[in-house]
Amino acid sequence: MTMGKPLPHDSAPLHVTGQARYLDDIPLPANTLHAAFGLSTCAHGTITAIDLSAVRAASGVIKVYSAADFAEMPDCSPSTHDEPLLATGTVHHAGQPVFLVIADTHLNARKAARLGAVTYAELPALLTVDQALAANSRFEQGPIIWAKGDAAHAIATAPQIIEGTVEVGGQEHFYLEGQIAAAIPQEDGVHIYSSTQHPTEIQHKVAHALHLPMSAVRVETRRMGGGFGGKESQGNALAIACAIAANDLNKPCKMRYDRDDDMMITGKRHDLRITYRAGIDAEGRILGLDFIHLVRCGWAQDLSLAVADRAMLHADNCYHLPDVRIESHRLKTNTQSATAYRGFGGPQGIIGIERVIDHIAHTLKKDPNEIRKLNYYRAADLTGPGTGHRTGSTYSPANSAPQTTPYFMEVEDFIGQDIHDALEKSSNYAARRAEITAWNSTNPILKRGIAFTPVKFGISFTLTWLNQAGALVHVYQDGSIHLNHGGTEMGQGLNQKVAQVAASVFGVDTSQIKITATDTAKVPNTSATAASSGADMNGMAAQNACEIIRQRMADFLSDKLGSQANEIRFENGEMRAGGQTFPFAQVVAWAYQARISLSSTGFYATPKINWDRVKGQGRPFLYFAYGAAVTEVVIDTLTGENRILRTDILHDAGTSLNPALDIGQVEGAYVQGAGWLTTEELVWNAKGGLTTHAPSTYKIPACSDRPPIFNVALWDKPNREDTVGKSKAVGEPPFNLGVSAFLALSDAIAACGDGTRYPGLDAPATPERILAAVQAQRHV
Amino acid sequence: MTETAFLLNGTPVRIAGGSPTRTLLEYLREDKSLCGTKEGCNEGDCGACTVMVTDANGPKALNACILFLPQLHGKAVRTVEGISGPNGELHPVQSEMIAHHGSQCGFCTPGFIASMATAHTQGRTDHDTTLAGNLCRCTGYAPIIRAAIAASTTPIPDWMHTDKVILSAEISSEGSGEADSLPGAFHPRNSDDLADWYVKNPTATLIAGATDVGLWVTKQLRDLGQVAFLNAVTDLQQIEHSPGQLHIGAAVTIAQLREALLPLHPSFAEMLRRYASEQIRNAATIGGNIANGSPIGDGPPALIALGATLHLRKGDEIRTIPLESFFIEYRKQDRHPGEFVAGITIPSTAPNLRCYKLTKRFDQDISAVLGCFNITTESGQITAARIAFGGMAGIPKRATHVENAILNKPFTFETLQAALPRFTQDFQPLTDMRASATYRLTTAQNLLIRYFHDLAGTKTNVLEVAL
Repeated sequence: MTMGKPLPHDSAPLHVTGQARYLDDIPLPANTLHAAFGLSTCAHGTITAIDLSAVRAASGVIKVYSAADFAEMPDCSPSTHDEPLLATGTVHHAGQPVFLVIADTHLNARKAARLGAVTYAELPALLTVDQALAANSRFEQGPIIWAKGDAAHAIATAPQIIEGTVEVGGQEHFYLEGQIAAAIPQEDGVHIYSSTQHPTEIQHKVAHALHLPMSAVRVETRRMGGGFGGKESQGNALAIACAIAANDLNKPCKMRYDRDDDMMITGKRHDLRITYRAGIDAEGRILGLDFIHLVRCGWAQDLSLAVADRAMLHADNCYHLPDVRIESHRLKTNTQSATAYRGFGGPQGIIGIERVIDHIAHTLKKDPNEIRKLNYYRAADLTGPGTGHRTGSTYSPANSAPQTTPYFMEVEDFIGQDIHDALEKSSNYAARRAEITAWNSTNPILKRGIAFTPVKFGISFTLTWLNQAGALVHVYQDGSIHLNHGGTEMGQGLNQKVAQVAASVFGVDTSQIKITATDTAKVPNTSATAASSGADMNGMAAQNACEIIRQRMADFLSDKLGSQANEIRFENGEMRAGGQTFPFAQVVAWAYQARISLSSTGFYATPKINWDRVKGQGRPFLYFAYGAAVTEVVIDTLTGENRILRTDILHDAGTSLNPALDIGQVEGAYVQGAGWLTTEELVWNAKGGLTTHAPSTYKIPACSDRPPIFNVALWDKPNREDTVGKSKAVGEPPFNLGVSAFLALSDAIAACGDGTRYPGLDAPATPERILAAVQAQRHV
Repeated sequence: MTETAFLLNGTPVRIAGGSPTRTLLEYLREDKSLCGTKEGCNEGDCGACTVMVTDANGPKALNACILFLPQLHGKAVRTVEGISGPNGELHPVQSEMIAHHGSQCGFCTPGFIASMATAHTQGRTDHDTTLAGNLCRCTGYAPIIRAAIAASTTPIPDWMHTDKVILSAEISSEGSGEADSLPGAFHPRNSDDLADWYVKNPTATLIAGATDVGLWVTKQLRDLGQVAFLNAVTDLQQIEHSPGQLHIGAAVTIAQLREALLPLHPSFAEMLRRYASEQIRNAATIGGNIANGSPIGDGPPALIALGATLHLRKGDEIRTIPLESFFIEYRKQDRHPGEFVAGITIPSTAPNLRCYKLTKRFDQDISAVLGCFNITTESGQITAARIAFGGMAGIPKRATHVENAILNKPFTFETLQAALPRFTQDFQPLTDMRASATYRLTTAQNLLIRYFHDLAGTKTNVLEVAL
């Protein structure tokens, strides 16, 4: 079995030698044209005049398009028809594309794009959630409200009420490879190269823009230089622009955003304000809880409804909320259209409830972990009737039935308490907390803090139909195996995991499986590689295809040998039947000569799920992935400077398909999550212009920001659901563990006060916010 | 000089004609099909374009995206493709990156490999510092550091030694030092050449490290017109020690300055460790940092606190002024047409000098506030005070009201505390994306408090806390 082996990323030897080919490295024909957008400088306004004569006259310019050049403006939206490729009459955010330049070189296109003279009649720009709420500027008719029980009554009758607000900032993806696409005209259609997580969406949108059937558009994606959700829908505009120019001018066209343009144009993680009101008992049990999410969605709908839904779906995190109400406002503002970003709203939901837990603990002067343990979901007794397991002697229906989430899904697989106990112990949490308290009492300027946070993350797309995947497997007559699946490679090692699945089915070495670029001509109707689902779904589809071929080979060999096919084993590059062994390639050659099909598609549709998003009820997820982190920090109370000193993580990847890749995902996600809540600050000026649009001003974690002590381990117990190799999805869940860094900072700030005032820290916790919170503690 | 000649992955290349402000990155990717070197930001902040450049001083990591081709004359460049051996052998940093799972999406990886191979060749193990200029969004850096540590005990591969040898044989004997010009580009051999030419061409742009000028080209898309490249002006690249003083040529890089200051002014040197990144410090010069006149440059406040004098040269005339008087107002300096920054002189001792740099991110971030304090005491009395700040005004500026408030008073917490309100007389800072005016003013005051605690031996630096 190669499943479970800690193999390196399949492209690692190419990465380290510079041979891994990204889209901009692909040699294109010498006559390839280059595109650039001219951007709006106005956040909201009517275009009163466009003078593009200087653009047209600029060196190397071939063609310039604006709204006037289109009878019907192509649309770029992944959800609804509200994102014109170029602004039509009105601009909705600073950075919106207004015109499109096609030139002979990338540099000439960029230079010309600066020369447009566009005048605007400014309209009032809605930049904040308060402004949007006041103007009732929103997506959908009104707020979405999901409720279980009677939160208002439970809060009103509770012994104590805890309430507060937390502002949570957005996040730029900062994929190292910026957005890029290229289009090569074909005799009856177009071939698109796109750095996208969603080739089928690119195909769909390009076909629509060119009035072609999808069959005339082929989209290919070998690898992305990072995605993180930022290439789920944000590549549409580039691919459409290139396709239009290529189609119009009958030459290949490439478009690559300069970094500043990329950050000005594309969407980011949704920022939001969370207001909470919790009724608790004397020990800290949450009796009733009311959340209000004010989600800043930007100018277009994009994926905001599903993102805001997922924030609501994670408002419980690991905690059973008997009476709960969640109200979510999806506010439309004149800013970049917020989009998918690793976690897809989940982290925003989770930080809300973790804040509530922390606030309760501070108020009751208890360790937050005591409050966590009181409120965790009950671990379902997996030995009860109907579970398929023998009933244990301690079984009693009253305390073993699964508890339900705020959306009425039974939590059957809760292992949060077990992970909590194991990590609390391995991280030496209790002793360290005591030591920190002592240290703080002797250090007047510097203060340390520590926090534990768990995660429970729902796995499956909440749009149920997206939970399908396909694969295409060819076994060639020399025994080599070619595989395609619908997922895209953005660094997560998906192809290696799928190759390990396929190699396990055939009993061959992983190196024998060749996976090539994701291609809509190979596997159709794919879903985005998103929602952490890549390996779960594509691994299963590939396994299905491989098993079909394996069955044919087994049938063939048993016919040939006269033995039963189910006695045939595929191991170590050989097929074994009744004491005889044959090289895999030998049997393949025989099967080919016997005219046995050695090619198959495979398919997977996630079982068990159903979801009514209007009512907020059902089982949107096949299962949950769990984990927990303990982070320790130090802050400087004179400046707010801070750093992480140590992080311990225990994370649930089920039975890992590849522990090395999974630990890589956990480490990377944690640092990215901690960056979101600390150094990564998006700043817009009063006119709605983003002022942090390059790495000089937008600060993702650098090397020295990682925890100097970083202990990461996998829980490594099988998924109770029937997933590929009993593994669990790992892309997004550990991102949420960054919340522990945020609450550790809050803990250090609290050490500056007398315990009467909760720090109420907002995110990102920049030095400036930390200093302000410290001063608030000291001026009590 | 009619052509630019350098070694590229061991092979001589000669480039004649073309724009003098074409970047190495464009040349590698567009002309040489060496696409391993990536563009991540095109402004020297992400490190995806890092290459190793060797000259007489040895190898260093540089950002190819803001490196103009003429700057490479007489040097040797190794890209990721040339860090592997001639027969495709992996360099130890490459094999350890594979073994430790140091790449995920792989886009930043070639830049990391170039930085790691350079540090490996230099025998450096301060990985957090050598890699501060390489951003990775996937891995969280932990596996990259594991790889760097594992590689650090392996020998330098033979092929990494060859650049210097071939360099002197193939390139340096010709080209370097010739004062012929590419159209629009002048290559002075020494400061006399430069002084002569600049008087006649006072509107030209002088290019030393190009860490700021590079962005005028890659981001502002400016045509620089007439330029002079100072890379062959070796007499401006000297650091001279004399009794009690240090004379630093304008073309000394920040990396060289840091090394020279380490034994003399450790706090200044530590601040320079956080000045941009390894790649930028290897290119940027102290003269450029001063002449640029930026209110958020990190060199000037520290130098002003030290009491540096500035030497300006025009033709044959040298003018020496206190550094602080060079900065008149935002983007306006006391520099005459045709006059250039030739060097600075600083005292070699200042035991109480402390430099505090405040940023959102510790490494490779532009200062929100930079506070530099140099207070001299005799028998507990403050006899001299030089306090200078960056990020607090339109220019690097002394806190003269604060200085006057503490002068001739006992060096006590109370004295400093009483002077804090004076900060508002010295500074009315701005609010921008790095920090608010309130934060800037508050922390400027708090840094004076920190200074007191720091000198008293109280723990004040989060970077010094380790578990």
